[in-house]
Amino acid sequence: MIYQRALRDSFLKLDPRKMAANPVMFVVEAGSLLTTILWLRQPADRFVLQISLWLWFTVLFANFAEAIAEGRGKAQADALRKTRQDVAAHRRRPDGSYEQVPSSGLRKGDVVRVEAGQAIPADGEILEGAASVDESAITGESAPVIRESGGDRSAVTGGTTVLSDWLVIRVEADSGSGFLDRMIAMVEGANRQKTPNELALNILLAGFTILFLLVCGSLYPQALFEGGEGISIAVLVALLVCLIPTTIGGLLSAIGIAGMDRLVQRNVMAMSGRAVEAAGDCDVLLLDKTGTITHGNRQAVEFVSDGLTVAEVARLAALASLADETPEGKSILTLAWEKFQVRVEAPEDAEFVPFSAHTRMSGVNWEGQQVRKGATDSVSKYVAEFGHQVSDRLRGAVDDIARQGGTPLLLASNGQALGVIYLKDVVKVGIRERFTRLRNMGIKTIMVTGDNPVTAAAIAAEAGVDDFLAQATPEQKLELIRNYQSGGRLVAMTGDGTNDAPALAQADVAVAMNSGTQAAREAANLIDLDSNPTKLIEIVEIGKQLLITRGALSTFSIANDVAKYFAILPAAFAVSHPELAKLNFMALANPQSAILSAVIFNALIIVALIPLALKGVGYRAVGAATLLRDHLLIYGVGGLICPFIGIKLIDLCITAIGLA
Amino acid sequence: MLEFWLSVVLWVALAYPLGQWMHKMLDRERHYRVENWVYRLTGVKTDQSMDWKQYALAVLAFHLLGLALVYLLERTQGYLPLNPFRFAGVEPQCAFNTACSFISNTNWQAYGGETTMSWLTQMLGLTTQNFVSAATGICVMMAFARGLRATESKGLGNFWVDLTRCTLNVLLPFSLLLALLLVGQGVPQTLTQPAALATLEGQRQVIPLGPVASQVAIKQLGTNGGGFYNANSCHPLENPTPLSNFLECLAILLLPAACCHVFALTVGDRRQGWALLAAMLALFIPLCLLCIHVEMGNWEGKEVRFGEAASALWATATTAASNGSVNCMHDSLTPLGGFVTLLMMLFGEVIFGGVGCGLYGIVLCVLVAVFVAGLMVGRTPEYLGKKVETYEIKMVSLGILIMPALVLPMVGVAVVYPPAKAAVLNSGPHGFSEILYACASMGNNNGSAFAGLSANTPFYNLVGGMVMLFSRFFIIIPVLAIAGSLAAKKHVPASAGTLPTCSPLFVAWLVAVIVIIGALSFFPALGLGPLAEHLRFLK
Repeated sequence: MIYQRALRDSFLKLDPRKMAANPVMFVVEAGSLLTTILWLRQPADRFVLQISLWLWFTVLFANFAEAIAEGRGKAQADALRKTRQDVAAHRRRPDGSYEQVPSSGLRKGDVVRVEAGQAIPADGEILEGAASVDESAITGESAPVIRESGGDRSAVTGGTTVLSDWLVIRVEADSGSGFLDRMIAMVEGANRQKTPNELALNILLAGFTILFLLVCGSLYPQALFEGGEGISIAVLVALLVCLIPTTIGGLLSAIGIAGMDRLVQRNVMAMSGRAVEAAGDCDVLLLDKTGTITHGNRQAVEFVSDGLTVAEVARLAALASLADETPEGKSILTLAWEKFQVRVEAPEDAEFVPFSAHTRMSGVNWEGQQVRKGATDSVSKYVAEFGHQVSDRLRGAVDDIARQGGTPLLLASNGQALGVIYLKDVVKVGIRERFTRLRNMGIKTIMVTGDNPVTAAAIAAEAGVDDFLAQATPEQKLELIRNYQSGGRLVAMTGDGTNDAPALAQADVAVAMNSGTQAAREAANLIDLDSNPTKLIEIVEIGKQLLITRGALSTFSIANDVAKYFAILPAAFAVSHPELAKLNFMALANPQSAILSAVIFNALIIVALIPLALKGVGYRAVGAATLLRDHLLIYGVGGLICPFIGIKLIDLCITAIGLA
Repeated sequence: MLEFWLSVVLWVALAYPLGQWMHKMLDRERHYRVENWVYRLTGVKTDQSMDWKQYALAVLAFHLLGLALVYLLERTQGYLPLNPFRFAGVEPQCAFNTACSFISNTNWQAYGGETTMSWLTQMLGLTTQNFVSAATGICVMMAFARGLRATESKGLGNFWVDLTRCTLNVLLPFSLLLALLLVGQGVPQTLTQPAALATLEGQRQVIPLGPVASQVAIKQLGTNGGGFYNANSCHPLENPTPLSNFLECLAILLLPAACCHVFALTVGDRRQGWALLAAMLALFIPLCLLCIHVEMGNWEGKEVRFGEAASALWATATTAASNGSVNCMHDSLTPLGGFVTLLMMLFGEVIFGGVGCGLYGIVLCVLVAVFVAGLMVGRTPEYLGKKVETYEIKMVSLGILIMPALVLPMVGVAVVYPPAKAAVLNSGPHGFSEILYACASMGNNNGSAFAGLSANTPFYNLVGGMVMLFSRFFIIIPVLAIAGSLAAKKHVPASAGTLPTCSPLFVAWLVAVIVIIGALSFFPALGLGPLAEHLRFLK
């Protein structure tokens, strides 16, 4: 299906107005046309016909590469379009009553109400209510998500469906310019702008094209010098097409489209191609601690006792946490069971004391007994009321834990401090290795957290980030980004909250979580539909991969020229300068087959490299020097050698089947 | 061969101290007293740092004036003093060609010096231009380096200050020293009447004398190459002894090699200088050895007092640097020897190249290398902490395209346009080489001649004159534009993700880029000329 469409598109793209955007392929098309005219004037000349056909194939192959790259996006866009149907919206009148209007009639600032089972008519910010929303249309994730007013989950996207409850939404985007519309336009590549590096490369390739136009143009009179036999126009065009960088010229836009597509496949929406490229350039990553580096909630990892056995402390701690529904509380039960096989059940007349901001303790009372766990100072105060003191051993343990960046909870029973629960922010598995990789890539990682400096330092050390910003306020974040930028660095960050918006707007690459607020989404240039903060690292790699693929294929393309010269020049001057036959290292059968082989190789190599262009050159997180060495070896030296072999093989084939 | 290796060692050894000295002279805040006199006399405001457009305008204006002055001087020399042989004014076409040639640091000579130019023209016109045209190359290089060094600013320095410093503090003292050494070897420096002698056969011969040593010194040091005598440094009075030959040959590459370090010291990264020098030597040494190898035993067109090796060394050096002085006849080189000299020019005069301009020429190649390599490591390419983006690539492409865009069409016309073809004395591939050489020499501001071609003809005088002007000044404009654009950018601090531009690997890549650009542009022409001739020899 995709292939059929791509095949059709590759012919439609022959329109010279479309070809003009790509100077290299435009020249090839002009050459194809010229050789066709030459053949029409002498239809008996099979050689010119073959050249002409292969030149047309060269253009078609390049168009096919682009069409294939676009094809995947187009299929995706079609699927998205289905979700963007016109639905009925309930718009609030000034008097507070609701009227029914089509969603296409909504304007920015309108307020609508959406009930369970209805589709959300436009992008917006939730004013009232909370609801579970099915966002599978855009994220592909079938589990519903909670959206509610206030906080950092207040943005909704047009085209998604409310599953339960209701929402009152202020529309933030006019119909037709919503998130879904932008997403469709992006995956379709409808108004794809060339990215800065692509533009620069395009200029360099145009430069090479002009250079070879000059070379071939001046070769015509040169061949006439001193009774020379001249050189036929068809051969000259063949030489020109072989020399200009058609390989990269033909695949350049496919590489760009495929790069964006790789982002889409990872559920990241780029608001501009520029942002993807900038991601590859980033040398500072600001990462939120919570969610990115740590799991986002503290977990109990150890019990410390004084007087009792550790297992008894574990039992008391479990008792105190029975009614604690927080992740921390649950982790205490888990730890007690997993490490000490302690499982407690609530005593019959148990009276649970919930956590309050006032006491900062929670626990349980039964049969005149009391167990409490809580912040160190609160529990210290609590035991002091009973005339007890926290022992030096426990005090020491509390200090140790705090120094290691953990959170100590004191455990007291009947007014006596008996143990300490060590709560720790658990660093995600494998994150340290990722940071090492980033460091090898030359990227500095900075952890941003609201924690105090001691805790922050401990986690930073454990996770292996290069630096951290503790007790971070939005202003400090902004300041930090500005400082790095004034030092010439490019900063990438992720954010979701409204208070992240200024920093997101300032950062060079800003990834907003789709679950975040509308403000954050507006300020960002990339949106992660999965709302996975770790994805920033993948985005950086995709950005780099995009550039590497372009660079590698450019090198390959130019390096190919050497072999093509050796194939075509001796052949072109076989009559007037027979001594040049010594340059025919490849021992190509005859002048016609030599020229034809070079042209065929030049066309086929485009097809051969389409998969690489679409998949991208693999990226490894090693330093620039190693990358350069490897890629020069593969694409530079390889590009030098490969056509010698390829042209020779093609020469063997076409002489065997008698084409030349 | 000893001479070859000794020269290479001396070039490498002397380049750094020389570069340090030049950098000290060219890149400083305070003015010397003698400079202040010049500024007061000319009304230069020394505190004005020029942006790239002002700098380029100053360069162009200065040389346009130079062009007019030299032309007028040549035309009116018959009425002016210091004209012992009473030469009439130079023919308009030849005068135009010569003026273009000397202001563009080419020193292509369509005339015989001692039989055409008065002493006044030689001294006030040609030697003066030898100094200032060389100085301009260094000035533009300094402006370019300052652009790379600057952060978010516009100023590239003041052309008039650079010009004054370069002429007074760099070129004059070195030339004085070399001139004195040459006088010690017997090169004339006089304003007396010509020597009249009786030859062995008993005939009377008049040998013109004049201010020779002073012109030879700067023509060697400033990569000019325009000799006092028609035979250039083959002439016994321009280059009398093996020692004078060694010194003159050494002088060809001395300042171009030092320029690598001047550039590196100005941008503040010493390793870059060594990297650029290494890239140049990586091409120079093998090609020069090849030239020496193929010239052994070929005495045609060579001076017995120098020998084949010293002649081949000079031939390679003079074409590598855009010097153009000769101590043997290049037309008589073996086909492969001629191939080496042609290739050296067709690389775009970036293997050493002209003083200053060779350096900014190779940096254009570095920018191409950096761009492609930068993409290959996955970052927007950067050189010395400056991002290389669309605008720079546009200007780099322009800068690199100018030379082939001048040379290739000129060759194309010269091989079929009957009057131009008539100027060639040989036929077949050798005749083709003669045309290619003439076009390459003018199109790269080299100025050496292959001979075998009547240069003083309308086509070569007029088209050649234009080509020399364009190839010199059309490259300066994009170079300064790049400097201006880079100056306005921030410095990106280096990290592990930054492409190292002074590693052996990058040097190898740079060499590959230079070879690929040069070879791909001229492979067909070289194939039809020297390579065909060589292969024909093999038969």
